Amino acid sequence: MSIDATESDAEGVEVAEPEPEPEPGVPFTVNGVEYRAEPGRNLIDACEDVGAYIPRFCYHPRMKPVGMCRMCLVEVDTGRGMGLQPSCMLTVSEGMVVDTESEVTKKAQDGVLELLLINHPLDCPVCDKGGECPLQDQTMSYGPGESRFVEEKRHYEKPIPISDTVYLDRERCILCDRCTRFAKEVAGDPLIHFMDRGNQTQVNTFPDDPFSSYFSGNTVQICPVGALTAKPYRFKARPWDLNEIETTYPNPMGDRVTIQSSRNEVLRYLGVDSDAVNWSWLADRDRFSFEATMHDERLTTPLVRGDGLGNASADGDELVATSWSAALARVVEALEDANNNAGPSSVAVIGGARLTNEAQYAWARLAKGVIGTDNVDAQLADGLPGDVVASLPRTTIADACAPGGTVVLLSGDPKEELGTLYLRLRHACVEDGVKLIELTPNETGLTRYASQSIRVRPGDIGAVAAAITGAEGANLDKAIGAVTVKELEALAAAVSGSDRITVIAGRTSMADHAALTVEAINAFAALDNTAFLPGLRRGNINGAIDMGLSPELLPGRTSLGAAGAWYREHWGQVPGQAGLDTTGILGAAATGRIAVLFLLGADPLTDFPDPELARQALDRADVVIAIDPFINASAAAAADVVLPAAAFGEVDGSHTNLEGRISPIRQKVTPPGTARPDWMIAAELAMRLGKDMGFVSVEEIADEIAAVSPLHAEADAAAIDAAPDGLVMPLTEDPSRPTRFAWSDLGAPDEPASYDSYSYRLVVDRTMYDMGTQTAHCQSIDQLAADGVVRINSHEASRLGIGGGARVRLSSKRASVECNVSVDDRIARGTAAVAHNHPGLDVRSLIEMGDPVTDVRIETV
Amino acid sequence: MSRLSEANLRIAHDILSRYPKKKSATIPLLHLAQEQDGYVTDDAMEHIAELVEVTPAEVLGTCSFYEMFKRAPVGDYRINICHGIACHLLGADDLIHHAEETLGVRQGTVTDDGKISIEGVECIAACTEAPCLQVNYRYMNNVSNEGFDVLVKGLRDGTVSVPKHGTLALTRQQIPEDKAAGNAWVEPDDAPAWWPEPEGDA
Repeated sequence: MSIDATESDAEGVEVAEPEPEPEPGVPFTVNGVEYRAEPGRNLIDACEDVGAYIPRFCYHPRMKPVGMCRMCLVEVDTGRGMGLQPSCMLTVSEGMVVDTESEVTKKAQDGVLELLLINHPLDCPVCDKGGECPLQDQTMSYGPGESRFVEEKRHYEKPIPISDTVYLDRERCILCDRCTRFAKEVAGDPLIHFMDRGNQTQVNTFPDDPFSSYFSGNTVQICPVGALTAKPYRFKARPWDLNEIETTYPNPMGDRVTIQSSRNEVLRYLGVDSDAVNWSWLADRDRFSFEATMHDERLTTPLVRGDGLGNASADGDELVATSWSAALARVVEALEDANNNAGPSSVAVIGGARLTNEAQYAWARLAKGVIGTDNVDAQLADGLPGDVVASLPRTTIADACAPGGTVVLLSGDPKEELGTLYLRLRHACVEDGVKLIELTPNETGLTRYASQSIRVRPGDIGAVAAAITGAEGANLDKAIGAVTVKELEALAAAVSGSDRITVIAGRTSMADHAALTVEAINAFAALDNTAFLPGLRRGNINGAIDMGLSPELLPGRTSLGAAGAWYREHWGQVPGQAGLDTTGILGAAATGRIAVLFLLGADPLTDFPDPELARQALDRADVVIAIDPFINASAAAAADVVLPAAAFGEVDGSHTNLEGRISPIRQKVTPPGTARPDWMIAAELAMRLGKDMGFVSVEEIADEIAAVSPLHAEADAAAIDAAPDGLVMPLTEDPSRPTRFAWSDLGAPDEPASYDSYSYRLVVDRTMYDMGTQTAHCQSIDQLAADGVVRINSHEASRLGIGGGARVRLSSKRASVECNVSVDDRIARGTAAVAHNHPGLDVRSLIEMGDPVTDVRIETV
Repeated sequence: MSRLSEANLRIAHDILSRYPKKKSATIPLLHLAQEQDGYVTDDAMEHIAELVEVTPAEVLGTCSFYEMFKRAPVGDYRINICHGIACHLLGADDLIHHAEETLGVRQGTVTDDGKISIEGVECIAACTEAPCLQVNYRYMNNVSNEGFDVLVKGLRDGTVSVPKHGTLALTRQQIPEDKAAGNAWVEPDDAPAWWPEPEGDA
């Protein structure tokens, strides 16, 4: 806020100031009162800052002004006498005189509304927007009571679907250009446009080319009339019947959202304009995911494999409903057996990225402090090692996107995986001149905004990063894989010429070894002007790592070595030595060394890169306990006990995003049936094991985290509650607590296999819409996961003599699968890309997990 | 429905080379597409979108602004009959009625043989010659009903020589390479000084 009323400074006069600083901004007058504003600030915002709200339709603070709707006409004198001007197209200048309430202004606003209503059908009683409609509200406040227009209004077919989720009613449209500007300026998908400009101007798509943007739902939220409506909300409720609560969406960005519900049913999510994070935008996958929360298949009661009468029977094929006490007794019995037979390390926990910070802490304490196992991992070998993520020097999105910065993309496509981060990065590149350097195997959604987009073949990323950061022993005089000497030199120049580098560090492919990416991260971390944002894609994965749901880690980005004694003091015990990650856990389980396996929202059969190992592990583990809102593939196949968990919207807590920003998560509705919050399940299990953890509410857990974690000293329940925009960790370092984890050398990975010209290097990447449990339970978007195909470059297709749709066999040294080809020039030459978890194609069997990369042959069949 | 032909694609690349930004070639390419098919097909718009690197929706947005780009088939000879005030006073309504009767089509539709379509248009600025009309934008003055019949007969048997709808010119513009604005694929560093920074989403 750049504006202070001069009146309000009156108190300051009495205080003697030794050096009176000139007041910021320039003076301007609104409705006879002089204020100050930063010169260049948009007049419509400057007036709103001082309490003079000017009605508007087309102006949106997150988009460029266009002056389309003329609703914001006000009388302005810039030295040439009073005249009507659209305030969204004017910037404040010295001595400007504005009258937002004069008769002339009122007549103009009245006239504009009469004009806008000429073709508006006024079907408010059947319109979803009725009750929250800017056109309705402003007509009441500023408009004429009657229209002089008696002629026939324009008629269009109503409504037409312009995408799978959005309907357009062109009769209601007032042509404000918000949706079309959003599509072009914000999302970068200009698939809707004004057509037939003139008398019949209308928003529309190209015939048979729908508005299939990942962000189309935002246009519904910003539409100032009822022209755009979202399929999941159409005719579901009236705005005045909705209750709402502001919360944080549990994706890695921690998007701020409002949950709106009626009669204990969530009806929609709306983006909240958080300056730090999502700027009011949401990806459709997240916006419409409330359908999963409300899905009929939500688990409402605990299930056990057995006869359903509390008699656990390992031979039972069916999962049958049981009571919480019976189910938990079964779990406790299994845990005690495991502890007595093979010790606590025969217990393992996989997953936890779905949970809130508090639930993650409760589970980390249950596993490490109560049970005493360090075999805990929230990732399924598709991310980066937890210790690496915990030790990355972080930055914020705002700093990464600030003008003059450089962003290096070492992760999967942000447009596919991280939604609103893509929007922020795109804005930074297009509007703020941030330089984007892409070091990815294939083109991404950001490629056309990148200043340098280099195709790095999987396996080469470590060497490329070492060369361009000037690491010791690396040089630029030799091409690395597909990256030429000229490209390397240009990259090195860009890196050395950057003042401030942000590396988005994640995994570009499931088919190569994480150590390769870690090597690249190491190279960038050696530069002293580099900070990181982890580009991991699972819900609250950053919270999971901070809360110690990773082998060797303890809450607060610290380790067994650094803080074992501290936590032993607080928790009673901690594991003696570092445990296994998910690969290790499943390996141990497959050889019979894991007795009790918790799946904390994890689905290794679907998500782990080696499904065969996952299957063996689930078969061999004595007792598998799934804790999830739904029955996923792994639970259906192998779980002995399934505990229904409360989902987002049904729990309180907090969330950690990729910056380390902790923001509050709020409960809006009650969980279905007897489903419980995850932290409560952990607390109850601890109590039944005779080691009560001593907390009975989310607030108490948050306070305990603040009391023990080296990272969260100031993030107690009250502080989190008071900071809707979040607290970025760490706030301060408390010297009495253990030091945070320092990153040690992780050792050099294997040399990637040499590349031969008959092979294609396999990239297994992710898309926005796949068959993930949540998306699969949203009726509006569950059909958007395209059939699985292998994508290759058109040159490679012609070299193979095939076109799109051809049937081919992909063979690695391990296995082969048949699939269809899609020709896609965003894929680099010599590379074959397959999206994970799409219908009809699973290439995980081709991946040999220990190998640095996976090469495949493509043969036609 | 068709994309640009091989021959026209070569011309399209020549047109693209005249502009420092590809998007600037949208309208000339729409003319080219209209010349090829007599109207602008959806496929051609998609092809143009690929060539100038925008979405088909943006091409359609531009195309649909201009009355002279037709997006549905029209006759080889489009007869625009003026019904401005001067023509109206001198019998334009009667002429339109006569045209509809003799051709058996309504305004805005095409004869069965695909040769002729008629449209009533606002003043075409030849009031001294009223009633007047245009055949593919070529003026015919002081048209009587009989004159109209002669015109239609002449168009059908070729004695009245008018290029088919969409034809841009009988001789195509040739710009020698050294006079062209430069090709559209110039590196940003070589861009002329007045050329704004690429928006990225252009």
